[in-house]
Amino acid sequence: MSSATPMPGERTVLDPTGERSEATRELSDRPASLDGLTVGLLDISKARGDVFLDRVEAAFTERGIATRRYRKPTFTKPAPSDLRAEIARECGAVVEALAD
Amino acid sequence: MEGWDRARWAEVSAVESLGEGLPERRPGCGSLTLDPLRAEQLLVRAKAGSLASRRVTLTALEDDVDAFDARGWGDGLPVVPPTEARVLRMLEGTDRAPDEIVADVPPDLTPATVEKVAINAVLAGCRPEYLPVVLAAVEAACTDAFNMHGLLATTWFAGPMVVVSGPIAGDISMNDGMGAMGQGNRANATIGRALNLVVRNVGGGRPGGVDRATLGNPGKYTFCFAETPPPDDDWPNQATEIGAEPGASAVTVVAAEGVRGIIDQLSRTPESLARSFAEVLATVAHPKLAIAFDASLVISPEHLRVFRDAGWTKARLREELATLLTLDGADLVRGARDIAEGMPEAFCGGTLPKFRDGGLTIFQAGGGAGMFSAVVGGWAAGDMGSAPVTLPVRTTGKDST
Repeated sequence: MSSATPMPGERTVLDPTGERSEATRELSDRPASLDGLTVGLLDISKARGDVFLDRVEAAFTERGIATRRYRKPTFTKPAPSDLRAEIARECGAVVEALAD
Repeated sequence: MEGWDRARWAEVSAVESLGEGLPERRPGCGSLTLDPLRAEQLLVRAKAGSLASRRVTLTALEDDVDAFDARGWGDGLPVVPPTEARVLRMLEGTDRAPDEIVADVPPDLTPATVEKVAINAVLAGCRPEYLPVVLAAVEAACTDAFNMHGLLATTWFAGPMVVVSGPIAGDISMNDGMGAMGQGNRANATIGRALNLVVRNVGGGRPGGVDRATLGNPGKYTFCFAETPPPDDDWPNQATEIGAEPGASAVTVVAAEGVRGIIDQLSRTPESLARSFAEVLATVAHPKLAIAFDASLVISPEHLRVFRDAGWTKARLREELATLLTLDGADLVRGARDIAEGMPEAFCGGTLPKFRDGGLTIFQAGGGAGMFSAVVGGWAAGDMGSAPVTLPVRTTGKDST
């Protein structure tokens, strides 16, 4: 950069960002089928998230798909890393009840 | 050797005929390294290689302000382009190494180096001597206790409020007096702005992205002021109450929404004035919600005088406010007063404190005239959301010249 001759009017500034890749983040691969998988149902502690997940759970059960329930201690903070690890260990897919 | 002195330069250089045609003496710097027009070029030549950040070339046809706006590197107001020279001058405000990590900045948890903070301090319009305060504010905001991630992501109004205490505030000419929470002081304006720009640019936290505020508030551009030095031990600064060394320079970050005025021009007793404060504090977030939200109280000099003249200490005011803000559960329960919003019935058997222990921060600031103080609502209280955090300001040990 400093060795190249600048074009007239060019200015060099420093990038103020974290310089993370500009590329969009890839989504994880989705399972082709839920057969044999356990689906995690994550309540983030927002009001009535449990009501929503009760309905989702009933719908999965009706179709013979196993589910497990999880709950974040508070919606104001990211999930504790051990909870994330637990879900990843025990489940093949997860449904998160985000809003109230 | 200052200036031109033929005999001495001839002696140093061992060239007898040095400077023929020049006068015997001429004031100024013989080497020109301190010449104002050359110092910057020399600084860049000597030190720009130590800066690790990606270089971005702006073309002749790009306007500086538009170039930054187009890249999403601003807060909506014009920013100062962070040239190598400006960033190097900014870094002279600290003796910390440019590659030292200050904090992992939410929401992306990107490590922010001293250099990255300095670049954003340039964007914000800071002077180099503000940098130690900005570094402390960034570090404090990125603690687990302050929970900048949650504060950014919430749909609630609040953002970080930065309060500076101790001698550094005077050293960098911050405003703790008339209009302290308003516009017009460069240090107040740019320190708060620099913190928010670090969260935006380094942490990746942007409105509409991880920042989900329903309405937001103008303090999310910048919200920073200085705490008036304590008159005596009876009225310690808030920073000291949280854990700063008395008399030391410190930065306190607090979750904060808008400023709401309390007018009381008639109370001449501390009991009456404390009741005025309590009535307004009870409305923070919602008059029927308790414990859930923190708040700050900023006491002006004319109101402070009422308490001090009557012999009330800050601790006494806290006790009296806690008593006045012990609320009857029956008034708070959902549905009471014909308002659906309120506390769940399970909490409302007896009384409830409006604020958790440690949930009310009390600052002293403001101009000499006006029997007005301010309530600044916070956000979800303590472990549920955000707790105020105080950190010391590490100023440089080196000579400022």
